[in-house]
Parts: sequence; C-alpha cells; structure tokens
Amino acid sequence: MNLTLKVWRQRDAQDEGHFVTYPAHDISEDMSFLEMLDVVNEGLITKGEEPIAFDSDCREGICGTCSLVINGRAHGGQRATTACQLHMRHFSDGQTITIEPWRARPFPVVRDLIVDRGAFDRVIQSGGYISASTGGTPDANTLPVGKPTADMAMDAAQCIGCGACVAACKNASAMLFVAAKVSHLGMLPQGAVEKDARVLSMVRAMDEEGFGNCTVTGACEAVCPKEIGLDFISRLNRDYLSAVAKSTC
Amino acid sequence: MNIYKAIFLSSLGKKYIMGVTGLALFGFVIGHMLGNLQIFLGPEKINAYGALLKSMPKLLWMARLGLLACVGLHLWAAIQLVRQNRKARPSAYKVVDHSGSSFASRTMIWSGLIVLAFIIFHLFDFTITPEYTGKDSEGRHDIFRMVVLGFSNPLSAGWYIFANALLCFHLSHGVKSLFQSLGLSSGKWRGWFNTLAISVAWLVFVGNASIPVAVLLGFGKEALK
Repeated sequence: MNLTLKVWRQRDAQDEGHFVTYPAHDISEDMSFLEMLDVVNEGLITKGEEPIAFDSDCREGICGTCSLVINGRAHGGQRATTACQLHMRHFSDGQTITIEPWRARPFPVVRDLIVDRGAFDRVIQSGGYISASTGGTPDANTLPVGKPTADMAMDAAQCIGCGACVAACKNASAMLFVAAKVSHLGMLPQGAVEKDARVLSMVRAMDEEGFGNCTVTGACEAVCPKEIGLDFISRLNRDYLSAVAKSTC
Repeated sequence: MNIYKAIFLSSLGKKYIMGVTGLALFGFVIGHMLGNLQIFLGPEKINAYGALLKSMPKLLWMARLGLLACVGLHLWAAIQLVRQNRKARPSAYKVVDHSGSSFASRTMIWSGLIVLAFIIFHLFDFTITPEYTGKDSEGRHDIFRMVVLGFSNPLSAGWYIFANALLCFHLSHGVKSLFQSLGLSSGKWRGWFNTLAISVAWLVFVGNASIPVAVLLGFGKEALK
C-alpha cells in the first residue's frame, strides 16, 4: 500500500515545529505502524535527510514508550492497542495519515514526535511506591487479598505510563494515570498503610507539573491501551477526599 | 494539612466545589420546575404558591443567598479550572478526533455561561424588574397572568425554551459528573448515574418547556382578557 504521511517535525522544545509531508511507498499491511515509520526513515537516511525521531522500545505493547497521535487519536484509536501494536491493515491504500506528538505543557517536545514524560516520573517519585521493604515475593495466600480486590488492583496495575490519557484529554489531565497508580498501590495490604499520604502528595505533584483537570469526558479511557477506566478516577476522588478529611479532623 | 489549600487550591478540590454546588443548583432546578408546573392547576394555585413563598421572607432570602453563593462558587471554580486546562495544552493538535467523548462534556463552559446569561435575564424579567406587576382578585401578585403575558411573545418563549435546552444539555453531563467528582461513581453505580443524568435532563426540559409551549398553543388566554 502507498500512503501520504503528514509528520510533525520539531528540532527541540524551543523550535516552533511544523508539518512535513512524506510519501510512504510499498508498505505491507502486516507491518506495524512503527515498522512503517522505520521504512520511511530508511528512505530519508538514504537520501541524506534527517530521519523522523519517534520513541519506541519493546514493540510488543507493554513498555509504554511509543507515543504517537495518529489522525487525532492517541495510539491510533484501535481499542486496547499501543502504536507499536497497531497494524497497517487498519489503514487504506492512498490514505493520508497525520502524525503528531503528545501535546501537553508538562510533556515538552524533545524532538519531532518524542516528548519528555519526566513529569510522570516526578509524580511517581512523590509517593507512587511502598517505602517499607517487604522482602521478596510472599508465599501465596500468606497475606489474604480478596479476589475482587486483587482483580481490580491488577486492572489498575496494568497502567504502562505511556501518557495517552494526557494526550487524548482535552485538558491534558493526568488524572487517569495518577488514579491507576494510587489505586493499584492503595488497594493492596502492603500499599494501604501509606494510602492517605500517597494520594495527597501525588495529587499535589500532579498539580505542580501543570496537568489539567478532569471534565469526565471519557476521552482517556477510550484511548488507554490497557483499558483503565473512569472508575479509578472516581476512586482517586474518593481517596483524596477521605485523606483530606482524616488529616484535618 | 491545610483544608483551604487541599480543597480550594487543588485540582480535585475544585471539582468537589463544582460537584457540591452543582448538586445544590440541580436541586433548585427541580424545585423550581415543580413550583412552576403548578401553573397548570390554574391561577389560584400558582398565585397562592407565590404568596406562600413571599410570606416567608427569611427563608426566601436564605435560599436566595445560598443559591447566589452556589452560583458564585460554581462559576469561580469553572473559570479557574478552564484557565488551568487551557494552560495545560499550549499548542493544539492539528487533527482532533473526539470519538471517545460526548459533545455535552466538551462544551460545559459554553452551555454554562449561556445559561448564566439566561438566569440573569430571567431574574430581571420575572423577579427584579417585572414588566407586569398586576394583582389578582385577592390582592396577590398575579403570577399566572404575568407568565401567560410573557410567553405570549414567541420571541421570549423561544429564548426560554432554547436556554432550557442548553440547561438540560449541561445537566445531562453535569449530573453524572458530580457523582464522579465526589468519588461515588464506580462499578454498577456509574450506569445508574448516567441513566439518572439523561432522564432528569429530559424531564426538566419537557417540564420547563411545556409552560411556554402551552401558552403559545393558547393556554391561559382567558387571563389576558
């Protein structure tokens, strides 16, 4: 298949950036979206032009490194799919595809389609961990955790921190990310001890990074490659409210 | 932990303010509609209802000031949140696909601001500086005649219906979101709150719009003679 790509090119965070149109010829529909970009880049390198910079690592949908807004949808809009797992068969021959980076003030563009997601790391550093050393993996059932709780904590723990929620939100809000982290730690016995302090400091860190607020549009859960839902944001709201109430009473 | 900081200065806290004040205002919208619908019971009922409210000035003013505070806080939080949201995305996407979110959810600030403009107009129109201040046979403010007179003008009836459509559009997203913001919307409850929001939005629209529509269709004409 042959495609036309409109790709965002930006030298660094200070550069204004602009779109450049590239043809992509002889693309196999079995290629992933990133493999298609690899092919285009090989062509650019052969011609002596600067290749398109984009992030990728595992290329099997579990690391959260790839970060492309494809035709207006983070990760391309296929349900539960990261850009690296998006295949060209979902596009049609002759189609024009617009590729943009995540756009949010806390995610400055490093180059072209690569953004700096250090803001997420700083939010995690503010409390997204368990400070007590709990040793190695405990034997099964030494710490009983109910099946529904374990399942829900696992659903939240699926978050790979890719930032698609921020990219898709009209407010560039990181609420779904923070909600997933706060929930997955807070629901399990090892993490429950620091639940209140964690939610207070992670929300503060999120606000300080300059992410927007939640308008409950649901755009985040629609693009989340791990299908993390709005229920977790409700839980975040509940956890924060209870932490504020406890710390002031 | 400073509670002022935790609520008024945090992203989540401002949403609590939106949710709580929104719930109070939503309660008022329901009460207001039920009160107004008494117009269909005839001039006697609605005029007596008006006189009853006026007979409790302390309670009336407490409610008015409470509502004013709710509107003020709701508006303050909305403006703060929107400003932060705009700042969080300094450069816009060239292509935006909104398929994951509803139109109502993305336009809350606009539906809200137009409804606010309507509320101000509506207060001047029917409460602060009403054009019609006539009394009925028992010396009470003749609300029935005032309403029929007002809505006989298709332009004001149309504006009223339009503003109510926007109000209900706002409620269709706001009522379910307030439960989300207050942390109550999870599991099976989410579906219930969604259904509740859509149902009450339609209910309020049909209830409120029925009055101008009925007047335009000739209801209460005899009162104008």
